Amino acid sequence: MFRNIFNYTLIASTIRLSTPLILAALGGLYAERSGVINIALEGMMLAGAFTAAVVTVFTHNPWIGIMAAVCAGLLVAGLHAVATISYRADQVVSGTAINILFLGVPALLSGALFESTGATPQLPRDQVLPDVMFFDPEKSPALSSIFNQKPLVYAAFILTILTAFILYRSRFGLRLRAVGENPEAADTAGVSVTRMRYSGVLISGALAALGGAYLSIGQNSLFTRNMTAGRGFIALAALIFGKWDPLEHCWPACFSVSQRQFR
Amino acid sequence: MKTLLRELIFPLIAVICAFLIGGLIVIIIGDNPIEVYRLLITSSFGLFDAVGNFTFDNWGYTLFYATPLIFTGLSVALALKCGLLNIGAEGQLCVGAFAAAWVGITFSGLPGGILILISIMAAMIAGGIWGAIPGILKAKFGSHEVINTIMLNFVAIGLVSYLTQNHYKAQGDPIMQTIPIAAQAHLARFNTLLSPLGINFPQRIPLNLSFLLALLAGFLVWAFLWRTKWGYEIRAVGSNPTAAEYGGINVRRQIVLAMSLSGALAGLVGVNEVLGYRYRYYHDFSPGYGFAGIAVALLGRNHPVGVVLAAILFGALNRGGLFVDIFTDKVSKDLVQVLQAIIILFVAMEALFRGTLTRFLPAWGATKSK
Repeated sequence: MFRNIFNYTLIASTIRLSTPLILAALGGLYAERSGVINIALEGMMLAGAFTAAVVTVFTHNPWIGIMAAVCAGLLVAGLHAVATISYRADQVVSGTAINILFLGVPALLSGALFESTGATPQLPRDQVLPDVMFFDPEKSPALSSIFNQKPLVYAAFILTILTAFILYRSRFGLRLRAVGENPEAADTAGVSVTRMRYSGVLISGALAALGGAYLSIGQNSLFTRNMTAGRGFIALAALIFGKWDPLEHCWPACFSVSQRQFR
Repeated sequence: MKTLLRELIFPLIAVICAFLIGGLIVIIIGDNPIEVYRLLITSSFGLFDAVGNFTFDNWGYTLFYATPLIFTGLSVALALKCGLLNIGAEGQLCVGAFAAAWVGITFSGLPGGILILISIMAAMIAGGIWGAIPGILKAKFGSHEVINTIMLNFVAIGLVSYLTQNHYKAQGDPIMQTIPIAAQAHLARFNTLLSPLGINFPQRIPLNLSFLLALLAGFLVWAFLWRTKWGYEIRAVGSNPTAAEYGGINVRRQIVLAMSLSGALAGLVGVNEVLGYRYRYYHDFSPGYGFAGIAVALLGRNHPVGVVLAAILFGALNRGGLFVDIFTDKVSKDLVQVLQAIIILFVAMEALFRGTLTRFLPAWGATKSK
């Protein structure tokens, strides 16, 4: 039994599956710490996944696809930010609207661009994000299956540590937390609540879109209708389960959630 | 009259803005927006078919598509009146539909009327329990109802798919659906209801008694919220929980009550789906009725009359979307989903219009309507 639980394919696939969740959860964390609930993680992931796939189809370069995905994430997050921060829309309602919007938009556009019902064309193997080759799969299958992952997998790990650092060790992080915990006090201290919240939500969108891009041009090689399948919500749950703390709680939460996904 | 107009103006502006933006999207895609909207409206509200004969088809299907949205819209509106956002209507309607089918399958020996009544009760109770769970968690532990209702959606879909797959599916059926319910549990369609009056309502339109049940539910929600003590208490908790508490209202009890009733209303979607349309539980039948319910409730300004009107609008969009899908080259029915999302965004961003409106028409924008 233990051989089945602790074999290297399980570890490898857990790392693979946890990446989009970690990225989205980190995104949710920035928004939430600044005082804006980001229910729209799902929609932002879908926006990122779709943009990454479409741009890669046209430019044949996954890196441009990733950059475009981040831009799309920023754009969607901007919409959420304008609605909730500038126009005081209910944060949950706005988030739900964005989620519904990005169930529809990719389907609508893929119908117009590729005459399909919600999927983008399959990318050839060399246009999908390549694995980072640390080990030779011939010589050490175990190490290579665990460590030879997409660059975004490593990015997710680094970003987790970076987020912990930013949140607890930088001026920006302190202000972000202050704005989230007590906006009046932060305002009195001269911190612009609006600006901090905008940056929190925008970072959130970029990270969630990165998680989506990993799904469409990293783990898979095309975008399919509703391909996140609730990962944005799971990330939100992991975030709450992880007490809005990147390193000590959220990362293990994402990790354990994705371990359950493996069958 | 003026208050009614004031209530109507922001939803109307939101709908018009959404259609304008939707038109822009259609242009970007490369189709003619006027043609798309003409199709959308004639195929949903038109009284005549392409040859010019009178037809019930368009209104019949529009109202059929509106029925589940009335239930989910009322569900979300009732919870919102208590200050709670029920995003879990999707899961609640799922367990409700399964419970209705379960009764129709298990108690197939009972006579029609009783069986239908028990089925409706079962749908309400199952949905109600599913709504009560986050309600109790909120009242007892203060956990956020939004998160819990979302998570319970996954639990509901998983649970029901397990039961369907392993216990109630016909042997070797490749489709995820239960065996059919007893024939006497079928709800009468409008065809049967209207034929004694000499009106020839086509048999193929699945519009059935549950539409009338939905209107009745709307009336009951109104009577409950504005004419009973508990309804008053729910509204009091919604507008100011602290004041309600000091006014001697048991806030926790009202939260649980509101969530249970909200869940029960969502569960009633199953009546339309199972007893009125498919006559069995069909897995994943809901194309997001629960989420659309949020839009319907917001657009209808949490009032039953508004909810019914908004649901009919959304039903019409769903009906018209199918025609747009078929009769245009590039626009698919997903346009409807995009329109609905933009409507929600604009309704939520009321401040955007209120500011502009106040500048030009001070009397209109100044009063804060809730």
